[in-house]
Amino acid sequence: MSGDSAHENNYYTIFIMLAVLTAVEVGVPMVITASVPKIAILVTLAVIKAGMVALYFMHLRFEKKTLGIIAILPMIICSFLLFMLMPDSSWRWIG
Amino acid sequence: MSQSATAGHVVENYETPLTPESWGKLGMWIFLAGDAMSFGALLATYGALRFGAVNWPIPVEALGGVGLSAFMTFLLICSSVSMVKSLEAMQNDDRLGCIRWLGLTVLGGVAFLGMQAYEYTHLIHEGMVLAENPFIIDSTGSVVGHWHEGMELAAGQMRASSLFSTTFYMTTGFHGMHVFSGVVYLSIVLIRVIRGNFSADDTNVIEIAGLYWHFVDLVWILVFTFVYLV
Repeated sequence: MSGDSAHENNYYTIFIMLAVLTAVEVGVPMVITASVPKIAILVTLAVIKAGMVALYFMHLRFEKKTLGIIAILPMIICSFLLFMLMPDSSWRWIG
Repeated sequence: MSQSATAGHVVENYETPLTPESWGKLGMWIFLAGDAMSFGALLATYGALRFGAVNWPIPVEALGGVGLSAFMTFLLICSSVSMVKSLEAMQNDDRLGCIRWLGLTVLGGVAFLGMQAYEYTHLIHEGMVLAENPFIIDSTGSVVGHWHEGMELAAGQMRASSLFSTTFYMTTGFHGMHVFSGVVYLSIVLIRVIRGNFSADDTNVIEIAGLYWHFVDLVWILVFTFVYLV
């Protein structure tokens, strides 16, 4: 990839951001105990970190846009699966 | 992109419209998409089972803190960086640098597996196995003690769901298997680099191996959050 040498400094920036976000993640449950905001923040942080790995380390950002469709498809299908399972799990909250 | 594309023309007759450098790269992406669905199924099942359970222990308390798993996360992030540096070194025609960084990446993977083995051993000794666990929890999910045969539970206490340990071992075990495969995969690539394969114009194999390794890192970031932290 021709652009790689241009991203040289980027790798360490991404690394530091990932390390800092991991530290923040570890700290979140100690500060926020209410489950809904805690889960929301942790999941958001995890998705940001995963996105950074895919975009910069896996170079997805510098690939053709259509390759992104292959990458994003499993997320859509799995979210769909999760929402299909949820009504079943939520029986305990009703009965 | 242009320099690798030129190299691709030498060995391949038709180029893929998605990844002009090589078909192998597209193949790896499609494999990873399928693999992501396996992990997605495990995590979605975990979410649904946990959401539906009344006796789910708080993971941090049951698993003895997040120190080790947080360090394992950090280790995989480091090994992802050494992987990109290894590819970059080869692209700059620095074979020794490539070997050094790739060797570090493999070491990171081995260290991760060692820590996971340590963690599993520790948990199994505590009585947490695939189909059952010893944790006694109160109504908030806080772990208040360990169960042993013939024990009487105090009011408001209950035994933790056995699904807690099942989902934990299935998800982290499936990921650990991927790390193991990655260590084998990267070791083979490392041997080929040492033998003098690849050059600045021919780095596809290293890049494709890197895609797999970064994916394993990416999945662990999600597993760490869902299984250990939430």
